[in-house]
Amino acid sequence: MTADTAMLSVRNLHAWYGESHVLHGVTLHVNRGEVVTLLGRNGAGKSTTMRAIMGLMKKRSGSITYEGREAITLPSHQIARMGIAYCPEHRGIFSRLDVQENLELPPVIGAYPLTLDRVQAMFPRLLERRHSPGTKLSGGEQQMLAIARILRTGARFLLLDEPTEGLAPIIVKHLGEIIGSLQSMGFTILLVEQNFRFASALADRHYVVEHGRVVDEIASGELAAGSARMRVYLGV
Amino acid sequence: MEIFGIPAQALYGQLALGLVNGAFYALLSLGLAIIFGLLNLINFAHGAQYMLGAYVAWMLLSYLGIGFWGALILAPLVVAMLGMALERGLLRHLRDVDQIYGLLLTFGVALILEGLVAQTYGWSGMPYPNPLPGSVDLGFMRMPMYRLAAIAISLVVCLAVWIAIERTKLGAYLRAASEDADMVQAFGVNIPRLIMLTYGFGVGLAGLAGVVAAPVYQVSPAMGSNLIIVVFAVVVIGGMGSIAGSVIAGFGLGLIEGLTKVFYPAASTTVIFFIMILILIFRPSGLFGSTR
Repeated sequence: MTADTAMLSVRNLHAWYGESHVLHGVTLHVNRGEVVTLLGRNGAGKSTTMRAIMGLMKKRSGSITYEGREAITLPSHQIARMGIAYCPEHRGIFSRLDVQENLELPPVIGAYPLTLDRVQAMFPRLLERRHSPGTKLSGGEQQMLAIARILRTGARFLLLDEPTEGLAPIIVKHLGEIIGSLQSMGFTILLVEQNFRFASALADRHYVVEHGRVVDEIASGELAAGSARMRVYLGV
Repeated sequence: MEIFGIPAQALYGQLALGLVNGAFYALLSLGLAIIFGLLNLINFAHGAQYMLGAYVAWMLLSYLGIGFWGALILAPLVVAMLGMALERGLLRHLRDVDQIYGLLLTFGVALILEGLVAQTYGWSGMPYPNPLPGSVDLGFMRMPMYRLAAIAISLVVCLAVWIAIERTKLGAYLRAASEDADMVQAFGVNIPRLIMLTYGFGVGLAGLAGVVAAPVYQVSPAMGSNLIIVVFAVVVIGGMGSIAGSVIAGFGLGLIEGLTKVFYPAASTTVIFFIMILILIFRPSGLFGSTR
């Protein structure tokens, strides 16, 4: 599939924080049903790329098309309503809302949302702790909540920004299973990861981001050959 | 009968007056708290919008013959719509700059509104007829019927607003957006519209307070600026942006003012500011405020 028929296609994306130019022409695409990761060092521009796709960067230029529709000029609530859901790096759990309210906060935007029952069956802890303030959950539980609440919106394209950050290995493993099952349910996922091993087990393709640009693309199949390159990029 | 050497009737009378003042403090600081929570704006036009509510009620009565109860619904809507136009036309453009700009802009708007009203109707006040004459015997004292109604209206409105914010879906959007508006917008919620409606709602509450105040005080251009400084002190004491804090502090400080009038009248107009200073020293985020 070429970039023209991709579900999400980003071309020459630039973005600025105030006066500081942070994305210098990111180009990437994600096909329907794929899991694609953005890899790279801290500060390379991975999270900023996600924020720019989501319309959260005030100043940006280039082209972002989703299902063939141009989104670069749209405000972020309209981008969300195209069917894209975003789970930010710091999870974005609201302390003034309890778990249930956090879970039910995002409006339904797609035609086939998962039901609340289904989501709660996937994440039983959220049902047990539904009356706790959102930020009283453990880090792992907050991450589950952040993912759970975007599943019941009906969005088909998920942007997950470093879901494994700061989590215990057992929870990272569980999260890997969840993301795998989301892919088999037909979700398309763009994932930012620092944890290369976690990413390589899940993703179909990887983009390497450096200095606000995509500098390399590695398919899962090339991973053996690619991992030497990866080490150079990630400095591990 | 005497309590601490004070005739009980005088004590009850001042407490009742304090509660009436508190009813207005609560309504006004509630609106300010809601606006500050989401817009991060210190709305200096709040007093002028309260004054506008009273004038709209007066105009409805004088020009259209619509009485108090009709004005109680209509005037807040008029003030809310003017507020939304202000948000759309001017305040929206100050979203990304320091909050001092919003404060100065709304202060300017307040001065313009006051000037326009004074230009048209003069600085001296105009009376507004009491819709509920007479008094009620509460057993321990007699209370003017309308003042009792003013307290009741304020209590009911504050409670309804609190329930709407804490227990409804729209309230959940408001609470979440007060924490992180970008995040809520990224979920597909039209935040610019929520901001406009929230500002309209907050100033609508000021307009409502103005209508309720019209029969108690005179309708005059300066009625808002006289009150708003005290209300800002109430907001600081309750905790900037805290909904429950603004209501509790509003009624509580009204009562304290009334008590001061009984025991040490000379301090009655300054007691709230003394409390504000103490709060700023010992609990800068306010009684019910969260540090943010």
